[in-house]
Amino acid sequence: MPEIFTKTMARNIYLGGSVFFVLAFLALTFDTTARLPERDNRENITEQVALGKQVWEENNCIGCHTLYGEGAYFAPELGNVYQRFGNSKEALKGFIKSRPVDGIPGRRSMPQFNLSEEELEAIAEFLKWSSEVNTENWPPNING
Amino acid sequence: MSTAQLQYQSQSVAKPYFIAAIGLFVGQVLFGLIMGLQYVWGDFLFPEIPFNVARMVHTNLLIVWLLFGFMGAAYYLVPEEAERELHSPKLALALFWIFLTAGVLTIIGYLAVPYATLAKITGNDILPTMGREFLEQPTITKIGIVIVALGFLYNIGLTVLSGRKTVINVVLLTGLVGLAVMFLFSFYNPENLVLDKYFWWWVVHLWVEGVWELILGAILAFVLIKTTGVDREVIDKWLYVIIAAALITGIIGTGHHYYWIGTPSYWQWLGGIFSALEPIPFFMMTIFAFNMVFKRRKQHPNKATVLWAMGTGVMAFLGAGVWGFMHTLAPVNYYTHGTQITAAHGHMAFYGAYAMIVLTIISYAMPKLRGIGTAMNDRAQIVEMWSFWLMTVAMVFITLFLTAAGVLQVWLQRYQPNPMPFMAAQDQVAIFYWFRELSGVVFTLGLLLYILSFFIKGKQPAAQPTAA
Repeated sequence: MPEIFTKTMARNIYLGGSVFFVLAFLALTFDTTARLPERDNRENITEQVALGKQVWEENNCIGCHTLYGEGAYFAPELGNVYQRFGNSKEALKGFIKSRPVDGIPGRRSMPQFNLSEEELEAIAEFLKWSSEVNTENWPPNING
Repeated sequence: MSTAQLQYQSQSVAKPYFIAAIGLFVGQVLFGLIMGLQYVWGDFLFPEIPFNVARMVHTNLLIVWLLFGFMGAAYYLVPEEAERELHSPKLALALFWIFLTAGVLTIIGYLAVPYATLAKITGNDILPTMGREFLEQPTITKIGIVIVALGFLYNIGLTVLSGRKTVINVVLLTGLVGLAVMFLFSFYNPENLVLDKYFWWWVVHLWVEGVWELILGAILAFVLIKTTGVDREVIDKWLYVIIAAALITGIIGTGHHYYWIGTPSYWQWLGGIFSALEPIPFFMMTIFAFNMVFKRRKQHPNKATVLWAMGTGVMAFLGAGVWGFMHTLAPVNYYTHGTQITAAHGHMAFYGAYAMIVLTIISYAMPKLRGIGTAMNDRAQIVEMWSFWLMTVAMVFITLFLTAAGVLQVWLQRYQPNPMPFMAAQDQVAIFYWFRELSGVVFTLGLLLYILSFFIKGKQPAAQPTAA
């Protein structure tokens, strides 16, 4: 790089630029968190939904599935699985409950997690709740 | 074993870190092969090792071996830059064993018991942090990571601050402090999934597209100074410009993860514009590496290291820069989000930027740490360079096959007039998963060759002070 552009100038761009964009990011975060209540369906986070999130986490569902497109790409998207299963919590619970212990020969299969009735109800409630967050119409269609 | 090659005796603590890094890398790749096979042979190892467990092991081993690599790099280069011994080599060795034990126990935990059981026995309900992508570690492991990081930063920080404060050392320390600070957000896990995801990215994105780039830049700058003999002033200036570009684009660039998770729509513009600029720092890294090598004042006998350094620049630009840009704009990402396109980008970016920079510093430092000399003998270097090409070309093919699978998946499942269900689309693209697995086997062979290169004996090359 030419001599007119000195190391001090480079350092100042680094320091000034980083400080400016850290502050800008914090301001945007403040704005985002202030706007979230109109979008994130928080009024419907019941104790069951919270328990459902814990069931979701403690069985590492994200290790195969995506939720809002984030996670692993081995199994279907679950952000709209409630709608895909005909807006039916019973259908969701029935699917999870009926997974064969030894899998399906040659095919991918969800493990049998042996969830209690309370946990099944909670995970279904959590998936229903998460399908009602304003995600800018994502996923693009019912197949996720 | 002689360590006469080292300027400072305490640099030798880097050696176990590098050996552990390579060992865990092997584990990561083996689990990658298992997962790759499960993509096409659905019940392979089921139900003993379900896909989610294999993936957790694969990604967590990646993170841990890179952290071992970063720490080893710091222990190696900080004393040399600071022109003093490490504050406490004993602490560095103690932390090594603590970190390795915690890491191995965690992996054994993943494999030995169902994840829900692991959550229960490690008391996840006291402070729930588990079950989120890449942050699957039990809370107690996370606390262990924080303790190791604090001890490490104390040790490195004191060494940097009481020695010669070079730009490389200060940038590296800033990156490492940033790494530790951002990790603290892994303890924040609100009931509200949207908030959870918003701040989860503060660990994940602000690591790999933020502070880790400082670490990458500093290590690359160090290796280039040593191997090319180019004036430090020139290298420092480049380093500042690269990390400035990284942070100016990457911080707001976090917004490319805020398109579809419940956050306001303005992120589609902000995230798109800033992340579209994120390839710039990686492009500059490529130019930087090549420029310094062309301007070199000496012919360094360790040709393999120079190859790794240039390779890092190119592959980081392709993987993080080009493959990242491909799906970063919101209208594109609407269709590609969470498909094999993401997987393709993830593989080449992590390999090109972070795996390769760790392999670069290992290549540079290991001959000295082992008391062999400035470089390995010619035969060993040739094998190492073969392993470079095998792994790198294999990774290019893994990325291309996953990209092909991803494009088809997007078309079949999301774009065509009558979109298919997920599994139907997966069956259609299976051929690309087979090719990917084959490339993975070649990658593994490259890795085995890499390890072999450490054991090849031959005549040591003589240093050529001012050739070329």
